[in-house]
Amino acid sequence: MSSAAIPRDPLALELCALSKTFTLGGGMLHKSRSLQAVKDVSLRVPHGQVMGLVGESGCGKSTLAKMLLGLTKPSGGDVLINGKAIVNANQKALARHIQPIFQDPYSSLNPRQRIAQIVGLPLRIHAIGTAKEQAVKVEEMLDMVGLPKRAAQQYPGQMSGGQRQRVAIARALIMRPDLVICDEPTSALDVSVQAQILNLLLDLKDEFGLTYLFISHDLAVVEHLADRLAVMYLGRIVEEGTREQIFTAPRHPYTQALLASALTPEPGLGVPDIGLGAGQPDPSRPPSGCAFHPRCPMAQPECAQQAPALSALDQNNQGRVACHFA
Amino acid sequence: MANILSPQVAVEQPLVTTWQSRLLRSTLNNRSLAIGLLIITSLGIVALLAPWLAPHDPYLQNTANRMVPPIWHETGSWTHPLGTDRLGRDYLSRLIYGTRISLFIGIVVALISGLIGTTLGVLAGYFGGRVDAVVSYLLTTRLAMPVVLVALAMASLIGGSMLTVTLLLGLLLWDRFAVVARSATQQLRDAEYVQAARALGCPLHYILLREVLPNIAGALIVVATLEVANAILLEATLSFLGMGVQPPSPSWGLMIAEGKAYMFFQPWVITIPGSALFVLVLAINLLGDGLRDLSAPGGRNE
Repeated sequence: MSSAAIPRDPLALELCALSKTFTLGGGMLHKSRSLQAVKDVSLRVPHGQVMGLVGESGCGKSTLAKMLLGLTKPSGGDVLINGKAIVNANQKALARHIQPIFQDPYSSLNPRQRIAQIVGLPLRIHAIGTAKEQAVKVEEMLDMVGLPKRAAQQYPGQMSGGQRQRVAIARALIMRPDLVICDEPTSALDVSVQAQILNLLLDLKDEFGLTYLFISHDLAVVEHLADRLAVMYLGRIVEEGTREQIFTAPRHPYTQALLASALTPEPGLGVPDIGLGAGQPDPSRPPSGCAFHPRCPMAQPECAQQAPALSALDQNNQGRVACHFA
Repeated sequence: MANILSPQVAVEQPLVTTWQSRLLRSTLNNRSLAIGLLIITSLGIVALLAPWLAPHDPYLQNTANRMVPPIWHETGSWTHPLGTDRLGRDYLSRLIYGTRISLFIGIVVALISGLIGTTLGVLAGYFGGRVDAVVSYLLTTRLAMPVVLVALAMASLIGGSMLTVTLLLGLLLWDRFAVVARSATQQLRDAEYVQAARALGCPLHYILLREVLPNIAGALIVVATLEVANAILLEATLSFLGMGVQPPSPSWGLMIAEGKAYMFFQPWVITIPGSALFVLVLAINLLGDGLRDLSAPGGRNE
């Protein structure tokens, strides 16, 4: 199904200086403002890897996902999937390679359609096989995500959150894409169901040889799943590296604060104080220089002047960090 | 009412119910919906079976038998249960045939205006931006026009007839459909299932017809029932003012107009078609109300 016949580019996904600027307001009386949701993001994800993307709400993670899916046009930069640029690519051709799994299984399934229709939609739209073959494939796919046969005739309203997320996974994988964008696929689920869904995602990844871009703000989830990690802050990637690097030796002060903010299961410890002071600044009025400097515990006058580049830590490109002092 | 009194019944029901059985149960539990549906169904049957139900030819004049009072008068007779009009035509037969006109105009107008309004509203809601600006402009222009006045002026220009009235009202009453469809679509545009369909490369018509439309249909059906009632009243108004359905057609509004000279001495000439109009419009409004309760978020899950 996937591009097995064609020699594959070693990278499933490559982002080159990807940016997205939104224009806000702009009525008769207001001057329009621009909001840079994603700034100059470069990222390389090899086949078969799980790239975790973490950051606070509003840091541009979901905008990035939408650009990859072809739902929003980038303002600048390139997205390459299997080595081919997707800007101006046919949406249908793109859909064969990249599919989303969304956050909220309660809004990602059309409440007026049966599960069989929802999961079979990709096959119908892309005219893959006859109606009979499609029905067989839907049944197989439901079985793979651990749903009983009778689920095919149910409506989403008759299912639990975990079951719905399984349906969403089945819909995303039925055309055997290379790359799956998981946009916080477990954050709307009960903790007990989260683990099941995560393990299912891992099993399916091995079975189909998938590559995941796994967007989350839950560090525990990412630690369980990701091979590499990218940390985003106000539209930029501030640090990128292997899971071990990020979790054992974070270099960027923001990553350090993020890791310190993870809650432990230990009762009585309370919410950790991470010393970041006030909340995230208004993304439409980003601070000068390094965007993190107003909250940074080790900020110097220099940080307000000049934005640090995302530079490699060593020759093997094992990690990158954007900080003057890291 | 009934569901408050019977909590045990709810417990005994099987956990998985089909939507059909749920729909039937909530319909019966909803009194206004049941009454409205009952009246409209019977009036629909009356309209369909008019030639067999009407005791006389509604157009047959009999000047020897003018202004016969209805049965509840001392001088009334079973030959003309609701009496006759100033030309001696049987009032009951005219009333029965009038049901056809009212229901036809109501339904066809709702279909035409529903088609126009829903199309404009869905496009405006889905695309936003310039499309929305154009549709909103059309909408405010339309809302600035007084319906009766414009319809009267146009009808007097073209000449009143059933077809003219139907088309005119169909072209004028789409505003509520557009408003409801627009805001409902705006809410759905960013729903993740619509995004998923877009990411799949679904063609636009598929997204609008299969993903968006079924999910706003509930709200539109409620608007449609209200527009049917509205159109029936407007038809009666226009016919009363002489610019709607033309004589000798038995439109209820026309019957009231023809009887207005006699209203102080033979008030039934006006009260009979007036009551018929009242009952039909009330039934449609009850139906619309009931449908709104049914399609409300709480209504679906008991």
